[in-house]
Amino acid sequence: MTTQNLVLGQADPPRPARPRKRGRSTPYLLVIPACAILILALGYPLVWQFITSMQRFGLSQQFGQPPEFVWFDNYVTLFTDPYMWTVVARSLAFCLVTAAVTMAIGTLMALLMNAVHTSVRITLQISLLLAWAMPVVAAMTVWNWLIDWRRGVLNSVLTGMGLDFQNHNWLANPLSFFFVAMVIVVWMSVPFVAFSIYAGLTQVSTEVLEAAQLDGATLAQRLRYIIVPIIRPVLAIILLLQVIWDLRVFTQIRLLQDVGSIASETNLLGTYIYQLGVGSSDFAMASAVSIFVLVLTVALSWFYVRSMLKEDES
Amino acid sequence: MTSTVQSTGASAPPAGSRPRPDLPPTGRKGGGGNRRIRPGRIALGVIGIVVSLIWVFPVYWMLNSSLLPNVVLQSTTPTWLPFGGSLDNFVAVFSGGTFLPALGMSTAIALITVVFCLLFAFLGALAISRFRFRGRKAFVLAVLLIQMLPAEGLFIAQYKLMGSLNMLNSIVGVSIIYIAAVVPFTIWMLRGFVAGVPADLEEAGMIDGLSRTQAFMRITFPLLAPGLVASGVYAFLQAWNEFTVALVLLQDNSSQTLPLWLRGFIQASASRATDWGQVMAASTMVAIPVIIFFLFVQGRMTSGLVSGAVKG
Repeated sequence: MTTQNLVLGQADPPRPARPRKRGRSTPYLLVIPACAILILALGYPLVWQFITSMQRFGLSQQFGQPPEFVWFDNYVTLFTDPYMWTVVARSLAFCLVTAAVTMAIGTLMALLMNAVHTSVRITLQISLLLAWAMPVVAAMTVWNWLIDWRRGVLNSVLTGMGLDFQNHNWLANPLSFFFVAMVIVVWMSVPFVAFSIYAGLTQVSTEVLEAAQLDGATLAQRLRYIIVPIIRPVLAIILLLQVIWDLRVFTQIRLLQDVGSIASETNLLGTYIYQLGVGSSDFAMASAVSIFVLVLTVALSWFYVRSMLKEDES
Repeated sequence: MTSTVQSTGASAPPAGSRPRPDLPPTGRKGGGGNRRIRPGRIALGVIGIVVSLIWVFPVYWMLNSSLLPNVVLQSTTPTWLPFGGSLDNFVAVFSGGTFLPALGMSTAIALITVVFCLLFAFLGALAISRFRFRGRKAFVLAVLLIQMLPAEGLFIAQYKLMGSLNMLNSIVGVSIIYIAAVVPFTIWMLRGFVAGVPADLEEAGMIDGLSRTQAFMRITFPLLAPGLVASGVYAFLQAWNEFTVALVLLQDNSSQTLPLWLRGFIQASASRATDWGQVMAASTMVAIPVIIFFLFVQGRMTSGLVSGAVKG
């Protein structure tokens, strides 16, 4: 909401009464196209969504009845619904665990890249880049094939190792479903994390590290007292971005649900909104959940935005 | 949209001034003090290779399966190398009749998005990096915040909007949403490039008798070309890969983009025996252009996202 108002405020700025020079109005003219499209495609829907979230909007409204204004009733319904809390808790848990695992693996990968011979590092970088470059839907088809319960290579390999995974369906049980989803999301996200942290690591001067080593600092000490403090800003921002991005894993969950699992047991916030809005046409409740997601994202994003603003000022 | 448009994030720094995790390594990280511990280094090297293989395996498996006939893929023992493979799967997908319309749809949407996004974002970037004006800070803040908004938080409202404009299942409708979703990041990315060209250069041109516009077009614009290309590729990738908004806005079977077309294969795999060879060929065809473009643009993207945090 706030965002959009800011944009709106931007679009028709209090134009200084008849600018004396032509140059005064130039910046405003320059931002008009961008503002116009943002207001049309994001601002208007946001306002509509906010209003709709306070209306009753069911099937009868689909047939032309004017919606009834109910203030915050939808939010009350929503937050007294245990299913909503299940979805919220599930989303948060999935997001935090996935972000943590991604960060841990990404950091280890960056340290590995930093420690190995150049040729090994380039091999690592190429495979990470290929994984990173895969379009998300293509990646999902591949993963669905890897874990396919009939002919998937994962089951074949595990069975070959003497475990009983013949025709094991990885998506049938919600816990195993989310484990698979996590593995996939981690696979996709680690490259960005590893590359960014590696970029941070190249900032740590080798002279300082060597000096510390000569003074008898162990690897753990060097890591703790020299490397981590230097790359802390990078770590913080990347962790934040991961949390924000993992909160909105829609595509992956949706495409795993397609293959067959009970949607109500595997819904996260994104797929829940989809189910409410597109599935059952309950636009009011879908809007209320959407507003909740937006507020959550904006709150989380605030730190990231603040650090970027600092960059803008410098 | 930012969900695929998931990648969202920030600026490209003035060319070359910041560390970039580009592919060509700088080579100066030979391993510092570790060089003496030979066995440890070799062990790490082995771990590194194993990790690389694990990470690249899904991509390899896609290519491998795309080359193998379905009979081979249906056997219980996996075939690890595509010996005796052929391009038959690609031919089958290509002649299946649904690929080309989806390709056309995706291309049209991506091109419209790139053109308008670049135009709008370029003007916006110019405004925030060349002018100080009232409301500038609010604009920058809005740009930064908007790019973080998840598509999932807005798609229902955008669906209703496009429904009321009669633009469901239309190229223009989806493009409008994509442009709006990509413009903020692109403004931020181009801002870095525009700021990287010193205004002094333009002023020098103006002293030599060019008008402000001429100075801009002849001096600054050519220097911005790399930035525009990188931003254009970024916008293209976002539009090409986007799934969430397309899923909601393009429900008609005749107006599918490539990601939706691919999803059709996944859905089909739930109910009947799938020709995985063809599915993987289809995935490969969607992925190849992306991988090529991506390798081209990725360095700038990473450095943009975290540039504020890496001390240059």
